[in-house]
Amino acid sequence: MKDHLDESGASFGKEPRLQPIFISQPDPSEEVCCGPPAGPPSGPFEKPGYKLLGFVDSFLQTQAGPVPKVKTRPGLSDVIGTVAVRLGIGRNDYKIAPGLYCIGDPDDSSPVMVTANYKLSFDTLRKDLEEVSAWVLVLDTRGINVWCAAGKGTFSTDEVIRLIKLTHLDTIVKHRNLILPQLSATGVSATRVKKASGFSVIWGPVRTNDIKLFLKNGLKAEKSWRTVTFSFVERFVLVPVELSLVIKSALWILLAVLIISGIGPGIFSISSSISRGFIAAMALLSGILAGAVAVPLFLPWIPFRAFSVKGAIMGIIAGLVVVFALMEEIQLVSTIGILLLTAAVSSYLAMNFTGATPFTSPSGVEKEMRKAIPLQAAAILIGISAWVIDSFINKGIT
Amino acid sequence: MEKFRYLSNVTTLHLDSELCTGCGMCESVCPHSVFEIEDRKAKILDQDGCMECGACANNCPVDAISVTPGVGCAAYIIQAWLKETGLKQDSNAQCC
Repeated sequence: MKDHLDESGASFGKEPRLQPIFISQPDPSEEVCCGPPAGPPSGPFEKPGYKLLGFVDSFLQTQAGPVPKVKTRPGLSDVIGTVAVRLGIGRNDYKIAPGLYCIGDPDDSSPVMVTANYKLSFDTLRKDLEEVSAWVLVLDTRGINVWCAAGKGTFSTDEVIRLIKLTHLDTIVKHRNLILPQLSATGVSATRVKKASGFSVIWGPVRTNDIKLFLKNGLKAEKSWRTVTFSFVERFVLVPVELSLVIKSALWILLAVLIISGIGPGIFSISSSISRGFIAAMALLSGILAGAVAVPLFLPWIPFRAFSVKGAIMGIIAGLVVVFALMEEIQLVSTIGILLLTAAVSSYLAMNFTGATPFTSPSGVEKEMRKAIPLQAAAILIGISAWVIDSFINKGIT
Repeated sequence: MEKFRYLSNVTTLHLDSELCTGCGMCESVCPHSVFEIEDRKAKILDQDGCMECGACANNCPVDAISVTPGVGCAAYIIQAWLKETGLKQDSNAQCC
């Protein structure tokens, strides 16, 4: 068999050029009987018990078996999936099967990109590889994104080595380089990958939208591609998930708020539970919005570095909004109660947001927590006391 | 990232210049440009920029860097505290 040269002039050893096999071709010659014409016949890659995924375009036949070639344009189901996980729906089970995929028309000299099997990570990568020919090695990171998986130990040295062996990557490419996202360095040791597999790790850019420039630049990352950012848009997309994480506990707190608001001179009053409960629920809501929405969005402009302090500031502002909006129904003691509650709720949620930022150190978070948690707890206790005491003070007012 | 600064003087990052061979791995993996190679030795340019992700220590071929890596997440730290005090038996602390 003669060496076959493709358009780019690159040969692929003694094997014929990789041939894409298309999934299914409609057959126009089918005759119409009753009902609509029959659909296309089953393709060669349909297997009992498996389902072909919409983002797979065709399969490339390689020495190590067929490799799915994926589309770079996101389809409707990809877009719906992205919106859903950004809202926190199905976020913990948004993954694709680990293994080797390809993009474009790769051969044995094409680059190999390694990524996580969180579908959002995979989708972002393939979208930014439009018009590039590459192999994509997807690790089993248990459906977790690159950086978090590296921190949790699922995007690991051993997992990289395992997938190289599992996919027989050494028979598919003749070079021995892997491009890993730089943020996976927390979990992957380049030295150990090299020792165990013979593949050298090249650290790619932090963001996939720099990947084409990185390839053009001879696999060298500029400083700005190596540094994480936390822009307004990057913070904005985190807000729905932050909110979805607090909803469950917020409903329990709401129940407690309604009960506490009913306590008064007559032991418990349903009408007071509703009227005063409404005010307290507004305070709770404003505290949540301050800590889980305002703090992430306005982060760089809120004074002080500790997130608990930033949260408390926004919480007090939000509490003041509630107090002014409902001024006619709120007395001085309950004003203090409302402000303490909104400050504490917002401060706690803001402190929790440290886990979603790319710049807070765990030592720092622990340091501020040791100071902030007792203060937050005290603010809640004093706030609740003020709220209950107020209902006794104002027993004459209906 | 200079726009975002977290607490100062908290990081556990330590570099042993004696052991350093100046390979530059720490400089290329650090997401906050904390390191710089100068005269074939790594130098910590911005100690307070460190977020303790552990990428540098994990990739230093001569173990010249040490840092206690972890998840900077309040929920995780609270669960770790509860575990320490024996209030929680669960072996896996869950993060966000």
